[in-house]
This record gives sequence, C-alpha cells and structure tokens, in this order.
Amino acid sequence: MPALTSQRLRRWLKPRRGWVIAVPLLWLTLFFLLPFGIVLKISLSEAAIAIPPYSAMLDFGAETLSLVVTFGNYLFLMSDSLYVSAYWGSLKIAFVSTLACLLIGYPMAYAMARAPAHWQLVLLLLVMLPSWTSFLIRVYAWMGILSNNGLINNTLLWLGLIDSPIRMMNTNFAVILGIVYAYLPFMVLPLYANLTRLDGSLLEAASDLGSRSINTFLKVTLPLSKGGIIAGSMLVFIPAVGEYVIPELLGGPDTLMIGKVLWEEFFNNRDWPVASALAMVMLGLLLIPIALFHRYQSRELKE
Amino acid sequence: MRKPSFTTVMLILGLVFLYLPMLILVFYSFNASRLVTVWAGFSGRWYIELFRDQQILSAVWTSLRIAFFSASMAVCLGTLAAFVMVRFGRFRGKTALSSMVTAPLVMPEVITGLSLLLLFVHMAQLIGWPADRGMVTIWIAHTTFCSAYVAVVVSSRLREVDLSLEEAAMDLGAPPVKTFFQITLPVIAPALAAGWLLAFTLSLDDLVIASFVSGPGATTLPMVVFSSVRLGVSPKINALATLIILAVSLATFLAWYFMRRSEAKRRQAMRMQAQEA
Repeated sequence: MPALTSQRLRRWLKPRRGWVIAVPLLWLTLFFLLPFGIVLKISLSEAAIAIPPYSAMLDFGAETLSLVVTFGNYLFLMSDSLYVSAYWGSLKIAFVSTLACLLIGYPMAYAMARAPAHWQLVLLLLVMLPSWTSFLIRVYAWMGILSNNGLINNTLLWLGLIDSPIRMMNTNFAVILGIVYAYLPFMVLPLYANLTRLDGSLLEAASDLGSRSINTFLKVTLPLSKGGIIAGSMLVFIPAVGEYVIPELLGGPDTLMIGKVLWEEFFNNRDWPVASALAMVMLGLLLIPIALFHRYQSRELKE
Repeated sequence: MRKPSFTTVMLILGLVFLYLPMLILVFYSFNASRLVTVWAGFSGRWYIELFRDQQILSAVWTSLRIAFFSASMAVCLGTLAAFVMVRFGRFRGKTALSSMVTAPLVMPEVITGLSLLLLFVHMAQLIGWPADRGMVTIWIAHTTFCSAYVAVVVSSRLREVDLSLEEAAMDLGAPPVKTFFQITLPVIAPALAAGWLLAFTLSLDDLVIASFVSGPGATTLPMVVFSSVRLGVSPKINALATLIILAVSLATFLAWYFMRRSEAKRRQAMRMQAQEA
C-alpha cells in the first residue's frame, strides 16, 4: 500500500500524525491489551474473602515492600481432572463443529461464487441475515426443536416411527449442532470472498488441458482457497472454544466446556484468581490459531 | 431441465437449515397454548403480554441506548484506525495496532468480558473511576470490540477508493482536513453506514461481555432473555424473536433495495457517458 504521495499532506501530517495515530492506539491498548496484563496478575494472586476477592500482590506492610506471586492457581488447574477434561472437551467440540461448518459452508460458498452476478448479493445477504438477528434467540430456537416434547420427537412419535422420545437436548450433539448453526455464516463469508476472486481462466485452462473436474478442484481450486479456509475455520474455532451460551442452553451435565467452567468459577464460586488462570491458559491454547487468523487477515488488508 | 449441481443443492439445503428454525420460532409465536410445541390455535396474546412486560421494555430501551452510543463511538474510532492503517504508510506501533484490530474479531467473549471487568475494578481502586459499573462500562466494552469490526469494514472500502481524487483536491489547494471531510468521507460513507449498523447489531446482541462488566443498575435485553430462556421455552420470547427477525429483515431489504438502485444509476451514467463519447 503506497503512502499518500502528496507532499502537502506529508508536510501537514508530520507534526500531527502522532496524534491521529495515538487515539485508536491508546484506546485499544487501554481497553484491550492492558486488561490481559491484569488477568495475568490476578491469576498469580491468591483468592481471599474480600472485595475484590483476591489478595494484593504488592504489599507495603512494615515498611518493606513484599511481592507475593503464587503459581498455585495454575498447579490447581493441572491437578484437577475437571479442568483438564473441560479444555479437552472444548477443543474437541470446537474442532468437530469447525469441520462440520467447513463441509457445509464450502459447497455453499462455491455455489454462491458461481451464481449469476445479480444473484450473488441476494445470496450473500440471505446467508448473513441470520447472524444479524440475535445469537441468543437462534440458539433458543433449537431448544423447542430438540427437546423431549419438541418438534422432532413429537413428529416422530406421531408418525409412529419411535415409541419413546429420543434424547437430543442436553447432549454434546445438541451443542455441536448449535455451534454449527450459529457460526455457519462466519465460515461462508470469507470462503465466498476468497472464491469470487478466483481466476476462472485457471479452471478453464485446467479443463482444457484435460483435467477432470474433481482433479481440477483438488489441484487448483482447493489450494487457491486456502486463505479463505483458514480465515473461516479460525472465525468458527476460536470463539467456539470459549463458547458459554450454547453449552449452557443446549448442553447437559456431561458437556464440559471451558467457557462454561470459567463462568461458573467467576459468577458462582466467586473465585477470581482461578477464573483468571483459566482464561490465561485458554488464551495460551488459542495463541497459535489467533496468530494464524491475524496473518491471513493482515495479508487480506494489504491486497 | 439441467440437473442441479451438488454445490447448488448444498446451497439450498444450507439456506433451509439456516432459516427453518427461525420460521418455526415465528410460527409458534402465534400459538395460543403456553406449551410452545403443541399447536392450539392462532392467537396474538403473547405479543400483548410482551408489550405489557415492563422488565423487557425497559431492557429494550437500555440496550438500544447502549447500542446507539457504542456504534457511534465505534465508527469514529474504527474509521480513525482504518485510516491510519491504510493511508499512513509505515509507523511505529503499526503491527500492534493491526493486531489489536484483528484479535477482538475472534477473541472468546468470556476472556474479553473477564479482562475488562478486572480492568474496571482496578481502575476504580486506583483512580476511583468508574465508581460503579453499568451503562458506561458496557459502552466502553462494546465500543472496543465493535470498533475492530468497523475498522475491518472501513479499511476494505478505503483501499478501493481512488487516491487520485484526494490528491487532486489537495493539489487544487484544499487543506487535508477539508479534503478528508469533503472528499474521503462522502466516498466511504456507505462503509461507515454498514459499519455503524454492524456495530449496532453486535452491541444489541451481546450477552457475555455485558454480563461481566455490568452492575446491578443496567440490565440489557439479552440478559433478560437469557434468564428467561434458561428456565425453558416461553412463547413471549418467541414473540420477541419474531419482532427482531422482522426488523432485521426489513432493514436488510431496504439496504439491498438502495444498493441495487445506486448500482443501476451508476450503470446508466456509464452508458450515457459511453453514448456521448
């Protein structure tokens, strides 16, 4: 991206440039970056019955400055199998959901990108519209469909196909279905953006050279849409790992997901240091996916 | 008729999958029975009950105000961030800024919510502000993550805009600030509107972050809906859902209509130019 070439702008901006940059940079540093430092700090302190419920790390007692750092919260997380299996469960459910989103979303995006030009905008709006309504209400919709006296079970009972309702609500299946349903538009959007830019002449050249359509897809289309696949998958996977609403509403007692555990540690047990340690470990697990997403996104921004 | 391709079938099935649950939700909002899943005749009573529910109405008002102010502030901050990233070339802190713009797009809400709450608690201890949490803290939280979305929308538009327009204005002697407000801003106005609307819906929809940073004073609509939905299905929520879906569909239709009209106008102008030439 070339900088503005106009000499006058450069000259005008030079003394003021810093101020224009500073406003968004300071806001985001204060309200996005700095908070992570505080979470780290509290994850290293001890829980206490106080307001706020943790012990101060720096203490000015008896004219000496004492620094108390404890890794106890992290050791506690590792020793308790509940937390380990919650992390594992989150990663598993997020992975399966992402894969399902990709398998459903890729053909959808492909068909959209190949549709006549005047249809493309309509199709794009149709796919995105649900995501603008309400996340909570879209998850809620499945409660009425999946429950024991819900739509599916009632219909199957009425048809005489089953004698007793199938348990679908409060299972991992319901959680995965909910995640796929809620996040599908975020998978389709970057895939579509990527596939519309695909050069049609490449595909023609491949078929002119005698490549079969499956072969062309695997050797040309798929590698070229790698960026869209990564972006879409990260947009689904990363938030899904920390998902709270969907496992709370659709999951059951055996659905262990870390977002829900963190929420309960914080709101029900009021254990802020453990909740902070949970958040830090989750962030650590997601660092590589976030970096992948950032790399794709900044490449996208440069084009 | 030609056999439809596999991808077309998948697109149709995908759209059915996206819309069927919402249509079922709308259908049962007109159910006379309290049991959401058993049809007992047509009725509009849940809509009447919805409009009598003071708790929901005041939560709607709170949410709308927060969303309005968050979206407006997010458009200012996000546009500034986008402008700096696209037009300023290289500067110190650019990598930091671009990371802080893309990370909120994917950051799990529980982490964002927890970290912001801890920040507010710390600030209250150190500088005494914010003394209590409520609409202002939710506004700050929503502005922060919404401005990231606005920055992405606006920067993609800024990159498409022809630089020569801005340069021509300045070569003719317009000062840079005037150029920004009279040339750049009108050209990126559709992106600002799209960013504002996106930020508005994101703020209206947020449950998790608001639950962390809110205090006893401010209850937003998603919080009320969530506490009701946790107890099971309720036809009043179906009625509310129907109204939300209706409003969003209407807004989307209007946006589509205006986009199509301006596109048609542009094409016509180009045709006329071609004829004159």
